[in-house]
Amino acid sequence: MKAICFYFQIHQPFRLKRYRFFDIGNDHYYYDDFSNDDIVTRIAQHSYIPAAESLLRMLEQYPNFRCALSITGVALEQCEQYVPEFIDLLKKLAATGRVEFLAETYAHSLSSLIDPEEFINQVKVHNDKIEELFGVKPKVLRNTELVYCDEMAPMILNMGYKGVITEGAKHILGWKSPNYVYSAASAPKLKILLRNAKLSDDIAKRFSNTEWDAYPLTADKYMDWIASTPAEEQIINLFMNLETFGEFQTRDTGIFQFLEALPYFAKERGVEFWTPSDAISKLKPVGELSIMHPISWTDESRDTSAWLGNKLQNEAFEKLYSVSERVRLCDDRRLKQDWYYLQAADHLFYMATKHFADGAAHSNFSPYETPFQAFTNYMNVLADFIVRVEEQYPLSIENEELNALLTTIRNQEREIETLNKEVTSMRKNIEHFNEEHLLREKKANQEESASDEPVAEKASKKPACKPKAACKTKATATKKESKPKATAKKK
Amino acid sequence: MKALMFGWEFPPHILGGLGTASYGLTKGMWECGDMDISFVIPKPWGDEDKSFAHIIGASQVPIAWRDVSREYVEQRIGKYMNPDLYFNLRSHIYADFNYMRTNDLGCLEFSGRYPDNLLEEINNYSICAGVIARTLDFDIIHSHDWLTYPAGIHAKQVTGKPLVIHVHATDFDRSRGNVNPTVFGIEKDGMTQADHIITVSNLTRNTVIEKYGIDPAKVTTVHNAVTPLSDELLNVQATKPKEKVVTFLGRITMQKGPEYFVEAAAKVLKNNHNVRFVMAGSGDMMDKMIMLAAERGIADRFHFPGFQKGKQVYEMLKASDVYIMPSVSEPFGISPLEAMQMGVPSIISKQSGCAEILDNVIKTDYWDIDAMADAIHSIITYPAMYNQLREDGLDEVNRITWDKAGAKVIDIYRKVIADRQ
Repeated sequence: MKAICFYFQIHQPFRLKRYRFFDIGNDHYYYDDFSNDDIVTRIAQHSYIPAAESLLRMLEQYPNFRCALSITGVALEQCEQYVPEFIDLLKKLAATGRVEFLAETYAHSLSSLIDPEEFINQVKVHNDKIEELFGVKPKVLRNTELVYCDEMAPMILNMGYKGVITEGAKHILGWKSPNYVYSAASAPKLKILLRNAKLSDDIAKRFSNTEWDAYPLTADKYMDWIASTPAEEQIINLFMNLETFGEFQTRDTGIFQFLEALPYFAKERGVEFWTPSDAISKLKPVGELSIMHPISWTDESRDTSAWLGNKLQNEAFEKLYSVSERVRLCDDRRLKQDWYYLQAADHLFYMATKHFADGAAHSNFSPYETPFQAFTNYMNVLADFIVRVEEQYPLSIENEELNALLTTIRNQEREIETLNKEVTSMRKNIEHFNEEHLLREKKANQEESASDEPVAEKASKKPACKPKAACKTKATATKKESKPKATAKKK
Repeated sequence: MKALMFGWEFPPHILGGLGTASYGLTKGMWECGDMDISFVIPKPWGDEDKSFAHIIGASQVPIAWRDVSREYVEQRIGKYMNPDLYFNLRSHIYADFNYMRTNDLGCLEFSGRYPDNLLEEINNYSICAGVIARTLDFDIIHSHDWLTYPAGIHAKQVTGKPLVIHVHATDFDRSRGNVNPTVFGIEKDGMTQADHIITVSNLTRNTVIEKYGIDPAKVTTVHNAVTPLSDELLNVQATKPKEKVVTFLGRITMQKGPEYFVEAAAKVLKNNHNVRFVMAGSGDMMDKMIMLAAERGIADRFHFPGFQKGKQVYEMLKASDVYIMPSVSEPFGISPLEAMQMGVPSIISKQSGCAEILDNVIKTDYWDIDAMADAIHSIITYPAMYNQLREDGLDEVNRITWDKAGAKVIDIYRKVIADRQ
């Protein structure tokens, strides 16, 4: 028995407007709304919406069809803003219960390579967004651009994910096949699904290439290839951008018909469709996979050189994350929003100075004419962003000191809150007591003939608890105050 | 293959990019092997590099018969020309030019520069070319720039050998469109009579096709290259001010767009004070630029050191952090390549021919002073930008060599000769 695991990626960055250095400190809006609107709307109409409709039809027609989607937070935000009808379609897909949504970083960032805390934070924010919109909780993680290495495995497992998706890079696999489930060497409980690069790119890259010897590719022929893989290879992971359908391979190439015909021919050959979660729960890992250096699904080298391959990219990357701790400390919502948008790996992608085949891919997507222009523009924006962060927290104060001060402030806030609560409850108590007292007095007045003693006894008991409560709050307050001092001493 | 080349300048005595390019190309062709090149210049100084071409000075070519002894010739011009060649040339004088102002050897005087009587000198040069063409044996004629087109045409008419002309610039570039009709006439004549035209960039190729109405099939682009710098020049010592230095090097004329540089400098200085601007060179717009800098209130940060010669150029580059060439129309523009050789990041206008072959430079439109200011700011503010451009630029420029350009020219020769037969 064999199964296909489909997963489609959706991502669009917030492209930056032309931002000159004399705007630094003056203009705090960084985005090219016109081109963002234009591009997202165009791609949604050419690709996302028809592709989602195709998937819906397939789900309806073939009760066994299943697939997975992964959408970045920034892409969701843009869709909500410019093409809300697509969000509705996604909700419909989610409602079938047969479409899995994957976890990833909210901002399509490379934070996993430099800032684990930010990475965890972003995955969580993304999780919340998916849950809020679609009512499902992601169980499998795919990091930005399928970036993965051993170091990340324990972190991913700790976040509660049982599986991770990455590239079946040749230099990692060697003689091994991507068509199995593997486990992570650094966290054996974490299962790894590997993209079958050849079969995925047959659709994503070669489908309409008339020079390709397998052209034209039909669903029948394609399923033959899958069915003819060795019998013990049970899972074929086909991971690609959703834009493949309608954008990279345009509608007139017949890509939608090809997609919709797949389940029929799969059924004919007894090939099933699984989601990544299905694959992870059904299959046992055949072995451990150790990946020392980060891999990804981009460029020929399948590493991180597409984003961090030259000095420009590294400089921008490091400058950006040099303020991450500070940004996390603050609660300015606009600042946080910009922080996410600026982290999108695409900004770094545009700065690549690679040539030959990869260079074409880079310049195809880039809104800039040259990598130098991309760098200049991004750094200008970043300079302004850093100015804003500094306005919140001056650079003269060290991070740790700042942290300590902030904890003090927050502790005091919490303290004030608890004290306030106690004050109100006390007030209530007093009121209550007064009321009771009045009642009693009335009663006592009415029943003057009766004995006074029990009333007096009760009244004396109530105020007795007052000092006790006060003592308690004081104790907690001193406890909390001592905490920041300790951290300050450490430093 | 034997080629007869006509040029106007030859290093080390050069006045502009033409000499550098002629020299580099000739050497590059020689490196490809099997090339025998005779290079004619108006006036040799005797210190030219003769290792790869026979340098023939038009000022040593007799056009009127003089009865002189071998010893006398040896003593008079032995430094520039082999007396055998002199006598050989003398026996090929084709008309009586005694009415002209010839000297004791029957030769004409040339300044070898761009004097006021330039047109007369061009004509004289062409007379000498007639004698040379009748004397030497060659397969093809190659004329560098409009000054030598008449000479090339003459040689072609005399011998029937194919003529290739090399367009290093057109009058449209020099004049921002207001062409001198005489110059245009000479250029047009040369282009029409040439069997093939080589241009230094596609930009120039388009000008040739559109403005001069030449058949595109006859025009090929061969981009210029650079000669590797000697260690002495690479390691030249320079004192650097503590501020960053942005340099413009070239003639301060309309063609080079100096006013855009001043405007961009004013923009940069508004936000960044850690920078100085240098406009080195001379030209008819210099005074205007000094006025403009004063008007913008940046004269304290904007310097005019004047014309730079030889080694001074490299000292200037060594002290620079950014090189800028905002030319309005530049057929090729070799100077940014030289800056890159010295490890200086360059900003060039998209209207420059060299923009067609360079990747590791910043290209802006010449009029886009915002983009220019932004690029300057970026290079002087972000070390990564500076280093990336510097290192990849060095790597890139070292791969642009004359032998590749030379091979292309030789291919064109072969094709032209084959078409003839």
